[in-house]
Amino acid sequence: MAGAFAAHGDSRAFGDEPIKFLRMKPGHGEVLLAEGDPRVREEEERLVEEFRLQLDEGMWAAVPTTNANSGRREAQMVKAYGDIPQGAERVIFFPRASGG
Amino acid sequence: MLLALLSLALIALVLGTPLIVREVGRLRARRRARRSTAGPLDELHLYDPGRERRAEGRARELLRSCVNEEEWAMYRDLGFIRVAGKHARRDVDRGGSGAPPYAYLVYPHKPIVAFVSGTGKLLSEYCVEFPDLSGESGGRHRLPASDDVLAKWMALTSDEDRVIRRANMHLVGRQLDPARVRRDLWRLAEWERRRNVPQRTK
Repeated sequence: MAGAFAAHGDSRAFGDEPIKFLRMKPGHGEVLLAEGDPRVREEEERLVEEFRLQLDEGMWAAVPTTNANSGRREAQMVKAYGDIPQGAERVIFFPRASGG
Repeated sequence: MLLALLSLALIALVLGTPLIVREVGRLRARRRARRSTAGPLDELHLYDPGRERRAEGRARELLRSCVNEEEWAMYRDLGFIRVAGKHARRDVDRGGSGAPPYAYLVYPHKPIVAFVSGTGKLLSEYCVEFPDLSGESGGRHRLPASDDVLAKWMALTSDEDRVIRRANMHLVGRQLDPARVRRDLWRLAEWERRRNVPQRTK
C-alpha cells in the first residue's frame, strides 16, 4: 500500500494529514486540483498523476514550509512527487518564471 | 486669392459629402450587425466586474497563509514585500547586525528590485513574469496581483538563483522610477520603526 511508488522515486514520506494540490490561475486565484491521503494507494496514485500533469504543463511546484533554524516561513521547490516534504499540507503550482 | 481657395474648399466639400455619408452609413450598419449577433448573455461572458476582484481576494488569502506575519503586514500596509537575499561574497557581508547583505523588494506585476540592506543603495531590477500559457484560463495570462507576489516570494525563498537567472536584469530605472523605489525604502524604514516602538516599550 504505502510506498508503492518508491521504486520510481515518486513516493514521499507520509504525514498525518491529507495533502492539497492548489494551482494559481489567472482570473480565479487558487484552484483546488486534487486532495488526498498519500497513505491510501488510490489517492496517492491520483496525486502522483496530477503532480506529473502539472509539471508537464510547465508549472513549478512549491511547498510553503517553516525553516527549522530561523522559524521563518519560506518555500521549497519540489521537482518530483517524492520531494514533497513530510507533513506538507499543500503543494502550490504556479507558472514558471520567464524574463519580463 | 482667398476667394479662389474658399471656392475650391466648397467644391471639395460638395464632391466629398456623398463619400463621407456612405462611409458613416457603413460604419453604422457594421455596429448594428455586431449588436444583433452578440446577445446580452455574450456581453455578460465578456465582462464580469466581480471576477477579478474575487480572484484577487482569494489570492490575498493564499498569500497571507504562506508568508510571515511581518511580510503580510508589509504587503497590506505598503503594497510590497521585502525578501532577504541569501548570498554573501565576502565574510564582512555576513557578519555584524545579522541583517542580510542585500534584499529584494517584490512588487505585484513589476520588476523585483535588489538593494543593499545597510545603505539602501539600489542595485538592479529583475524583470520577471509568471505567464500562464496553458490556455485554460480563457485567454488570460496574468495572475492576480497577490498571486504574482506569492509566486515571486516562493521562487526567491526557495531557489533564488533560478528565478534571478530567468529574469532580465537591468539597471534600476528601466521600468521603475528610482525615486519611487527610494521613497518606498524610506516608507519601509518608517513602517518598521513604528512597528518596533511598541515592542521596545514592552
